Amino acid sequence: MPELVSHPDEVKVLSRRFGQGAAEIDKYMELDGYKAVQRAIEQGPEWVINEMKASGLRGRGGAGFPTGMKWSFVPKTSEKPKYVLVNGDESEPGTCKDHVIFLHDPHAIIEGTMIAGLAIGAKMGFIYLRGEYRYLLKIVEKAVADAYAKGVLGKSIFGKEGVDFDIVTQTGAGAYEVGEESALMESLEGKRGVPRIKPPFPAVVGLYGGPTVINNAETIARAPHILLMGGAEYAKIGSERNGGTRLFGISGMVERPGIYELPMGYNLKKAIYEVAGGVKGGKKLKAVVPGGSSCPVLTADELDVGLDFDQMGKAGTMLGSGGIVVLDETVSMVEFALRTIKFYQHESCGWCVPCREGTDWLKKTLTRFYNGGGNAKDINNIQYLAENMMGRTFCPLGDAAAMPTIAFVKKFRHEFEEYLGGTRTEKAFITTDELVGAAH
Amino acid sequence: MSTVTDSIFLPATAARFDKLVTLYPVKRSALVPMLLYAQDEVGYVSDAVVAEIARRLDLLELDVRGVLSYYSMLRTQPAGKFNVQVCTNISCMVVGGYDILDHCKARLGIGHKEVTPDGQFSLEEVECIGACCWAPAMQVNYDFHDNLTPAKVDAILDDYAAGRGLDVK
Repeated sequence: MPELVSHPDEVKVLSRRFGQGAAEIDKYMELDGYKAVQRAIEQGPEWVINEMKASGLRGRGGAGFPTGMKWSFVPKTSEKPKYVLVNGDESEPGTCKDHVIFLHDPHAIIEGTMIAGLAIGAKMGFIYLRGEYRYLLKIVEKAVADAYAKGVLGKSIFGKEGVDFDIVTQTGAGAYEVGEESALMESLEGKRGVPRIKPPFPAVVGLYGGPTVINNAETIARAPHILLMGGAEYAKIGSERNGGTRLFGISGMVERPGIYELPMGYNLKKAIYEVAGGVKGGKKLKAVVPGGSSCPVLTADELDVGLDFDQMGKAGTMLGSGGIVVLDETVSMVEFALRTIKFYQHESCGWCVPCREGTDWLKKTLTRFYNGGGNAKDINNIQYLAENMMGRTFCPLGDAAAMPTIAFVKKFRHEFEEYLGGTRTEKAFITTDELVGAAH
Repeated sequence: MSTVTDSIFLPATAARFDKLVTLYPVKRSALVPMLLYAQDEVGYVSDAVVAEIARRLDLLELDVRGVLSYYSMLRTQPAGKFNVQVCTNISCMVVGGYDILDHCKARLGIGHKEVTPDGQFSLEEVECIGACCWAPAMQVNYDFHDNLTPAKVDAILDDYAAGRGLDVK
């Protein structure tokens, strides 16, 4: 079972029930659970949306879209039923924060789903976990069953006539692409997880053609806390235009890896050196992937930046999913770039040519390059190929593969050049045959 | 009693499927979970599994196969009783994920997507499994094992081989 970690700089809002046995409904209710949703029923949808807007909460899946605004886009009346869809298909390499929420506080996700439903006028919500999270699905399934037994879910919840809400839980079966919101809807409709063309946006035409709000599991789990403490109070914790706290998963070569809840805007360097205890074994830091594998890499000189959507954007990268991967001086950036692109090549759904062909050619080129068959022209070609994938696909997977690749070449060009002329490290790694074979 | 009288599945699974199709506004929504639960019971998605699921959901077998081929956890060949899935993605890679994979290859004597001759174990190199902060990590069937070392892997595989594993299919 994943170990919980702690640091004095943490501000525990969402994580305050972690390790307290709150997966049990009685314990959850003892710790103020299901109070926020009752308040939401009393105060009505407009109040909920205003509080969410005031909180400054932005989507914790990676895009950072303001949650209150997203909820407000759903039309008030609709012929087709409206839905809430919780995205727990956590698959971005370096990211395991939702894992911990499902494990320690599943009722917060259930309560958040209900709050979103009340806000937009939906009577049904879906919680979709990635297929690998079967043991977490069982925890969530039990939590949902307990909530029905207590009258928290179902018809006339909390004894209030006409207030109904149902939740269905399920997992996927292994697909990164399904973490993209339109592909997620396709998967939930029993299809291949390929993205839909937007517009129309899910808020208008979503699941089963009905208006749908899709939020990341962490975003949804924050809603009850925001209503309990008040949107304005929550916003005060974070930085400008980036309300509240965020679960950051610090992994890789650090002394104390783990999930830490830090205020938005917290300094990245401090997060690595103080919160996570610095680089393992006192080695020198080489690079940091700041928000899951699709975020452009930062060099050791670029770490003095605040962890929020705007400051990370200004630094030329992204806050992404909050998965911070720390690399020390021993990591070969060519090898790292190859492993990263191997992932995207494996996960491309093949719907858009620039992504399907682009990731495949990048993998082939990087594989050959890594194995000593590279020439000087390859370095520019890798960058050029990636640049030409940008913005040319229906969903962001193409960009997610291209952005880090461009950054690896631009920022560590000298390492790519060192691979020319036979000076590459002789570390055993996947062979070309294995790599290319695995793709077919 | 299942609505399908000649079901190939165990009564509990058949009953689960009967219920699954009623949960969603559209029956087809049950397809992905059904394929996974069917695989858990049969060991892989066989032709008979495809046929019954298509029948239960009023789909063409072709529709089922189209979906089946998309998801990486679904397979059309049997795996070992214990499917060992070693993550080598970035967070695991930098703390020895490939050493763990190599160790499993050597210990089990099989490579990626291969099965031991006795059918006990199969091995897969997998993409990120969401255990990055506790890397290197692997899953055996659905069980997570984290903060791995080669010695820890040996102990875990010994446990499964001796029937002491926490198999939670």
